[in-house]
Amino acid sequence: MAFISSGYNPDKPMANRITDIGPRKFDEFYPPVIAKNKGKWLYHEILEPGILVHVAESGDEVYTIRCGGCRLMSVSHIREICEIADKHCDGHLRFTTRNNIEFMVDSKEKVEPLKQDLLSRKQAGGCFKFPIGGSGAGITNIVHTQGWIHCHTPATDASGTVKATLDVLFDDFVNMRLPAKLKVSMACCLNMCGAVHCSDIAILGYHRKPPMIDHEYIDKMCEIPLAIAACPTAAIKPSKITLPDGKEVKSVSVNEPRCMFCGNCYTMCPSMPLADDVGDGIVLMAGGKVSNRISAPKFSKVVVAFIPNEMPRWPTMTDTIQRIVEAYAKDANKYERLGEWAERIGWERFFEKCELEFTHHLIDDFRDPAYFTWRQTSQFKF
Amino acid sequence: MAKHETPLLDQLETGPWPSFVSDIKREAESREKNEKNVEYQIPQDCCDDLLGVLELSYKHGRTHWKHGGIVGVFGYGGGVIGRYCDQPEMFPGVAHFHTMRVSQPAGKFYTTKYLEDICDLWERRGSGLTNMHGSTGDIIFLGTTTVQLEEVFWELGHNLNQDLGGSGSNLRTPSDCVGAARCEWACFDTQAICHDLTNEYQDELHRPAFPYKFKFKFDGCPNCCVASIARSDLAFVGTWRDDIKIDQEAVKAYVGGELPPNGGAHAGRDWGPFDIKKEVIDLCPTGCMKYEDGKLEINTPECTRCMHCICVMPRALRIGDDRGCSIFAGAKAPILDGAQMGSLIVPFIKVEEPYDEIKETVIEPIWDWWMEEGKNRERLGELMKRQGFQKLLEVTGFKPDPRMVQEPRTNPYIFWKEDEVEGGFDRDINEFRKYHQR
Repeated sequence: MAFISSGYNPDKPMANRITDIGPRKFDEFYPPVIAKNKGKWLYHEILEPGILVHVAESGDEVYTIRCGGCRLMSVSHIREICEIADKHCDGHLRFTTRNNIEFMVDSKEKVEPLKQDLLSRKQAGGCFKFPIGGSGAGITNIVHTQGWIHCHTPATDASGTVKATLDVLFDDFVNMRLPAKLKVSMACCLNMCGAVHCSDIAILGYHRKPPMIDHEYIDKMCEIPLAIAACPTAAIKPSKITLPDGKEVKSVSVNEPRCMFCGNCYTMCPSMPLADDVGDGIVLMAGGKVSNRISAPKFSKVVVAFIPNEMPRWPTMTDTIQRIVEAYAKDANKYERLGEWAERIGWERFFEKCELEFTHHLIDDFRDPAYFTWRQTSQFKF
Repeated sequence: MAKHETPLLDQLETGPWPSFVSDIKREAESREKNEKNVEYQIPQDCCDDLLGVLELSYKHGRTHWKHGGIVGVFGYGGGVIGRYCDQPEMFPGVAHFHTMRVSQPAGKFYTTKYLEDICDLWERRGSGLTNMHGSTGDIIFLGTTTVQLEEVFWELGHNLNQDLGGSGSNLRTPSDCVGAARCEWACFDTQAICHDLTNEYQDELHRPAFPYKFKFKFDGCPNCCVASIARSDLAFVGTWRDDIKIDQEAVKAYVGGELPPNGGAHAGRDWGPFDIKKEVIDLCPTGCMKYEDGKLEINTPECTRCMHCICVMPRALRIGDDRGCSIFAGAKAPILDGAQMGSLIVPFIKVEEPYDEIKETVIEPIWDWWMEEGKNRERLGELMKRQGFQKLLEVTGFKPDPRMVQEPRTNPYIFWKEDEVEGGFDRDINEFRKYHQR
């Protein structure tokens, strides 16, 4: 493994340095039919799950085949995507914000061969490489975070929980039988790189044990004031600790009842790890949306306070999600998003229909806004 | 032959959905065979070791990655996230395994030529594993060694005309929806402004000068496909001010069942024949529509442009022509003080190149305020909460508008300013006492 220089000279880092050039310009990547008709589209239609046609004023059409993709992708997989795009799409493709891959062709005859090609490609264990779907009143790809693959604060894995969930919800990825679209999102700790807080169903990794403190090392590893300042509930105080060998060291103490397990201290200070095999697990949230269609955007609400991490397939979590989806599919009106349905029937009915236990953990007690989430009317259901 | 046994991960190789485990194994095998004689610049078995460390996490129920540490490329304060394994002896291939964020093109359209170039670079100088794409929108290069960071950056800039994205207390890489490129509902060209602002603010994107992260997202219409209103400190959401354009013949065709409602989005179930009253008129949140004698009418001033009718009858109804965007400030995920939705600060603004009005009257005054007043790790929305909406109006000079609130305040505790009250606050107690005994 001989080192090969790119041309960069570490002794003269500024020599011929190129910076601040930004991304490549979007229009150099447009397929010709997109470049020609941009801004002049008339309407679109979903011909079958995952297959869309957009029709332009010029009469031109672009057919899009949307495929689910893992957010984690190897270069071998990307090269296979490129091979398909070269074969069918004149070397163009795009990705959606939800990690789907979109192959576009400019005539209807090109759709069927592309579709057959995509569906014929399977992985070693039989999984589809390019499942077609994720459109209309169905479930689209689950956006997610890094999890145990590549992050220091997760309370669960991201890719694994998503794979397990999408295997269970697969029929609704390739179909459009639901009352409205249903977006599922996953974030592996409450920092929510994945910003799952406005999803129809959100899978969230959560810690439940306060940080452990590495007293012997904390003053050497961390800026203690930064760790203290990082705590949103002011639960961390400076303290002096006597080690077993009698040596007194500067450290911190955590007011445990005030800890909300966010891990901000750990982000600032590696001597305060939270991760725990039984403490960590899954929170399920439901009823959020970002669209302004019919009703305003909404936050997701916590509907299951904790489900243990059950590797590798998280069966309790996927069963619970499936139960929520089925109750919604059965009971909601056409066009009603999950949160709109829950609000119409009332959350008391939601818990009943989804067969979810309501525990004290689900009643908000975090700061002022909590008060306004308690029932303040005599209108409720028995 | 796999380097590590992975009995738990192996169970994620069945079922219909694509398996990330199978994909990593595929890359591990490809690196082991190395049929193209790639001169790997990081350990050839890094994908094997990644599977190994992930299997260990599945066994332990805990992550095995340590903190970042300070790594990066010279002169930039973002774009690289340091990552070290906490079991480097067991998994030397991923002992140092840093992430690089690569600024994605607006709209995420690609040519295969570009992607192949990216793959060649990342196969040689990194793990060959990516995220397409990360949560904020960047292309993510997953895993390389410290010494390769400058090399990757050099090749990106010199050979691919491509820069890194944002991380840390910077402007994060802006992102947008497919927009006018392939959607009839785009009220402005999301890609054009996304690209323009990304380039205009390269310094803010690469060199941390902010209290915390800052995100721009651009949604072409109120359907908000990139979730701007929930996720970005400044959300640009397309809208229009004039009439929804109605094709009465097409409306009749929907009513007559000749056109599939919702663009076919509900085709997976028999919902019965399309009923315009039940499905459109009665669901309109403002009740501004009526359908009488075969004619659809929309009372435009009462319409709040929720998109429902347009989504249900895309061939009959089209967005208006007087287009622009609304701007919402302060959205963020729950950390630290609870989730916040963006609040409307600009009901309508035209989105036209070179976007001077947006830059000079919205973005820059808000940044000046936030950089002056924001505490360490305080998002814009938290500063808004701490100092109040009025302060935001003061720094931008926008006029208060009832559109900016859900409802007026329910308490009368108004912080009147001295110059708002006739005569000011300075009064003579002795003059007062002439008429009011002690």
